[in-house]
Amino acid sequence: MSQTVIDQSNVNEENVTVSRKIAKKTTELLKVDSKDAKLTMAHIFVAFIALFLGGTAGLLQVLVRSGHFELPWGIGYYQVLTVHGVLLGLILTTFFIMGFHIAGVSRTSGALSSKQRLLCWIGFWSMTIGTAMAAAMVLLNEASVLYTFYAPLQAHWIFYVGLALVVVGSWIDGLGQSLRWIQWRKENPHQTSPLLSFMAVCNNLMWFVATIGLAIEVLFQLIPWSLGLVDRVNILLSRTLFWSFGHALVYFWLLPAYMVWYVVVPKVIGGKIFSDALARLSFMLFVIFSVPVGLHHQLTEPGIDGSWKFLQVVLTMMVVIPSLLTAFSLFATFEMRGRELGGKGVFGWLKKLPWGDARFFAPFMGMLIFIPGGAGGIVNASYQMNQLIHNTIWVTGHFHLTVATAVVLTFFGASYWLVPHLTGRTLTKQLNRLGIIQTIVWAVGMIIMSSSMHIEGLLGAPRRSAFSDYGGAEIAKTWASYQVAQAVGGTLLFIGIILFLYIFVKLCWFAPKGEQEFPIGTVAPHAQKTPAFLENFKIWIVILVALILIAYTFPIYDIIQNSPLGSIGYKLW
Amino acid sequence: MHLHKYEKYWLTFGVGSLIVFLLITGIMAFHNGSHPPSAKNTINHEKVDEIAPFNKPGVHKVSGKDWDYEVVVVASAFYYNPPELKIPVGSKVKFIATSKDVVHGFEISGTNVNMMLEPGYISEYTTTVDKAGEYLIVCNEYCGAGHAQMHSMLKVVDKE
Repeated sequence: MSQTVIDQSNVNEENVTVSRKIAKKTTELLKVDSKDAKLTMAHIFVAFIALFLGGTAGLLQVLVRSGHFELPWGIGYYQVLTVHGVLLGLILTTFFIMGFHIAGVSRTSGALSSKQRLLCWIGFWSMTIGTAMAAAMVLLNEASVLYTFYAPLQAHWIFYVGLALVVVGSWIDGLGQSLRWIQWRKENPHQTSPLLSFMAVCNNLMWFVATIGLAIEVLFQLIPWSLGLVDRVNILLSRTLFWSFGHALVYFWLLPAYMVWYVVVPKVIGGKIFSDALARLSFMLFVIFSVPVGLHHQLTEPGIDGSWKFLQVVLTMMVVIPSLLTAFSLFATFEMRGRELGGKGVFGWLKKLPWGDARFFAPFMGMLIFIPGGAGGIVNASYQMNQLIHNTIWVTGHFHLTVATAVVLTFFGASYWLVPHLTGRTLTKQLNRLGIIQTIVWAVGMIIMSSSMHIEGLLGAPRRSAFSDYGGAEIAKTWASYQVAQAVGGTLLFIGIILFLYIFVKLCWFAPKGEQEFPIGTVAPHAQKTPAFLENFKIWIVILVALILIAYTFPIYDIIQNSPLGSIGYKLW
Repeated sequence: MHLHKYEKYWLTFGVGSLIVFLLITGIMAFHNGSHPPSAKNTINHEKVDEIAPFNKPGVHKVSGKDWDYEVVVVASAFYYNPPELKIPVGSKVKFIATSKDVVHGFEISGTNVNMMLEPGYISEYTTTVDKAGEYLIVCNEYCGAGHAQMHSMLKVVDKE
């Protein structure tokens, strides 16, 4: 009898040990590999250093433009503007996105192989060295050409080489991640690949195709020209190449936010992904309609035929379709979860959502603010309406809603779980509360700044301009109060950055140690199996290339065929 | 692929509005001729001052054309020539402008006259100035340190 009891307890102990082992193994499988975690954190550090410096530049800009502040020590407004654009538009975004991709692929497809990881590290260092080169030239005032280049303004060649390294580095980085997904596909034939990894691969593919135009501009036009190897460049061609990249760039920022919205947020709120197939379809639509749309940034430019501009306007508007799919899927997830928790009536389910959870609240505010952002975008790309707002500060207001709120707030919200997950710490209640406050500060600051930019833009005020009273013109006086409002909003945003960085530092080094979940949603049971064609990149690449050829072959041929004398370089700052 | 019933309604409504929107834009463009400035003439931007019509910047009354006035503007860092334009209210005007150096903007604030000026290209836009008043012309494309000081004035005046 007693023997049996002892045996029994032994068995129980063994069971407990086994289940503990299983639990431990499961946690390991659900965790980003520690070497990949280090790699991701390296990217995130550079990203948030850029956030701090670029945000400081932003604060200086709104203060200068309010007309009540002047930059000391001979620092130029446009130098600060270049810092702001390059650091926030290119460096913060590219580094955070690459880091997020790595963590997402490692979490859902498995740890990177040492070769894949090495590729990512090479990419990281190439991007970092490139950033330092470009930054040095901007600080020396050799490159106040803004991140959009604006040839024939001519920066020092080191600036262009630096940015080329950033782009090439991002290709290598993206290749390392994408190889992991390809490996998964080989190891798991006839299975639907992990959604998050698939999305990262989509974004890398789009980024690679989109940056080809930019690479041609920088490698074959700007670098030889700034080195003095050629005297003149074709300005319209350089602009057209730039903008073939310029709009895909904004989707490159946006898609990682969509990854969080589609895959992570459903898990955070305890719900399910509405449909895996629709998520993949909308990503593929983003990919194919990303590049052949750049002419909508050049609607008021001479030298390009109106019909070709119109064609690209139509292609631009196709983005409405994946956007509508996304909006439906996300709100379906929210409603399903809210009703599951007992939400009644048409909108009762809204109350049941976890408003106190910064991991939900920050990206949710991003989604909400994306609605007016998208609506403004339709105005911008609308062929004729564009003339009213082109290059006015309305446009600045627009992309501060899209990239600087929808995307950035989502990145902040993602950091609240990603960073502690990678550093082996936890998001405490207190830090979560700060995250909520941070989101509110950001949203309020942005609503003040962006609304006043939109209104001031409709009143005709130009973007990318220092303070000016325009010779005492009456209309310029009506702009002044909006510029003060922008300074107020911008100051709030700077406080938001400091708050966020405080949370970030805590999560890196000071928050209590523990396991923070990397939330990955599962698909709702009613959803149908994902059709295989959605994962067949060959089909989509063929469509993408065909659309690019249709949209760009003739305009570029025409630009080269009818090109005037090229331009020498100018340094007018 | 399976779509939820409500999703079908939502997409039908959304895509339907999109088609209507594009049709309106297309009819405006190709039937009513409302295109953004897309002129295609080129010029040697280093010899702008010697080439007509830019050798005589200013407001010129013309006859026998679809418009009453031609306004010729030369932009360079950081000013417009001429610095002031006067046009009688109600006239149909063709703005003809180009740049001598870098890329500039030509925006008549508070109106939809807004075009890019690029070295080597002649930008044109025809419109009717139907409201008297003073209109600030600003450069809305970053062109260098003096960018925010680059402006001129359009005065739409009552007919004498």
